[in-house]
Amino acid sequence: MNVEYFFYLLIFPGLLFTSVLGLVVGWVDRKVSARFQFRVGPPFLQNFNDFFKLLGKETMIVKDGLHSLFILAPFVSFGMLVLVSAMIGMALFYGLGFGGDLIVVMYLLMIYSVMVVLGGAATGNVYSSLGAGREIKLLLADELAFILVCLVPIIKAGYELQLDKILAFQAAEGAFIGSVSGFLAFIIGLLCIQAKMTLPPFHIPEAETELVEGPLMEYSGPPLAFWKLNHLMMYVTFPFLLILLFLGGFNLSGWGILWAVLKYLLIVVLMIIIKNTNPRIRIDTALNFFWKYATPISLVALILAVLGV
Amino acid sequence: MGWYNKRLAKSIWVFHVSASPCNNCDIEILDLLTPKYDIERFGIKLVGSVRHADVILLSGVINDKVAPKVRKIYEQAPKPCFVVGFGTCPASGCCFKDSHNVEHKREEVIPIDLYIPGCPPQPEAMIAGVAKLMGVLNA
Repeated sequence: MNVEYFFYLLIFPGLLFTSVLGLVVGWVDRKVSARFQFRVGPPFLQNFNDFFKLLGKETMIVKDGLHSLFILAPFVSFGMLVLVSAMIGMALFYGLGFGGDLIVVMYLLMIYSVMVVLGGAATGNVYSSLGAGREIKLLLADELAFILVCLVPIIKAGYELQLDKILAFQAAEGAFIGSVSGFLAFIIGLLCIQAKMTLPPFHIPEAETELVEGPLMEYSGPPLAFWKLNHLMMYVTFPFLLILLFLGGFNLSGWGILWAVLKYLLIVVLMIIIKNTNPRIRIDTALNFFWKYATPISLVALILAVLGV
Repeated sequence: MGWYNKRLAKSIWVFHVSASPCNNCDIEILDLLTPKYDIERFGIKLVGSVRHADVILLSGVINDKVAPKVRKIYEQAPKPCFVVGFGTCPASGCCFKDSHNVEHKREEVIPIDLYIPGCPPQPEAMIAGVAKLMGVLNA
């Protein structure tokens, strides 16, 4: 075990970098959303204040339910997100990778949703259980499309599973978004991310007006702080994954840094625009959308990728 | 805990409890979220669950039927938690003070830290009240 790996995991692409960037991008999200509604929006350090405030609050534990799972779920999903962001960041910033990379990433990203389900269902609260059930349905809806989308770059890179090989292939042959199949997969991937992050229009599990935050309803204090942090960290993890798979990664020298920031902001702003211009859809509409439209389109992208278009 | 209180003052999450109000104050609270007043610029937001709340915003005169529920909601809130009585009703009972079913010892049901009188109070009065709460926390 190398000391450098602790640095990767805990400081630069991992824990510290992802958390701080996530909290900052969370502010961008709230500010842009506020400007969409002709409001002023919160100050720059708002998400940091929210996080530290929640860390100091009392943790309430419900009488019913499974206490250990209730407390563990946010921290386990936090660990998973740190791990997956460190893996994606290592490939993006250092060109490092290890065997079976992309499949591990897909598994770890799925564990977050599973932890939301377990944490929500562990409280014994009716609204939390309903939210957990909806999270499972949403996971069933978007997971197949997301896996098919992830397969497209694998095929286009000559059946390479490793993140660094996919990046190296794009550096040599051009980013995958330039081809028809890559573009289709990128669009569907963006929508899948919207569903995986439970952003509007897919915020069905934590519908504020009917399920009062769904699975997070019974959480308070530090566990809630970590749920909020997890959600903001995904604003870093998922766009980085899309940049890695379709936009050709980062070239951190000279003007490349500007391009890197622009690529990241492009994806985040697209997500915020989709979030702010769509109302919440019903769970059956979401299933319809993903199974009838998104999955066939990503299948077409997959076939086109096999044909080399 | 000066540092922590400053964080708390900048991020107040509000849970709204309507304890038998006439619905007038409740409508007025929604004005605070509109572009004109935009209370999110102070870091204040309305949350759906009392477990997330730092401030319980209580509107309405507490009658006998809701009094135990209001007490339960206060006990479920994670501390530190403040209670703001919104409108004249929590302060004095307003025009309902002689009703047969009104709780006369409101302070025994829920300890109210701050009163914002008015029937209903203007949104500016509400912002001024919350600013006073922030001033206490920042001191």
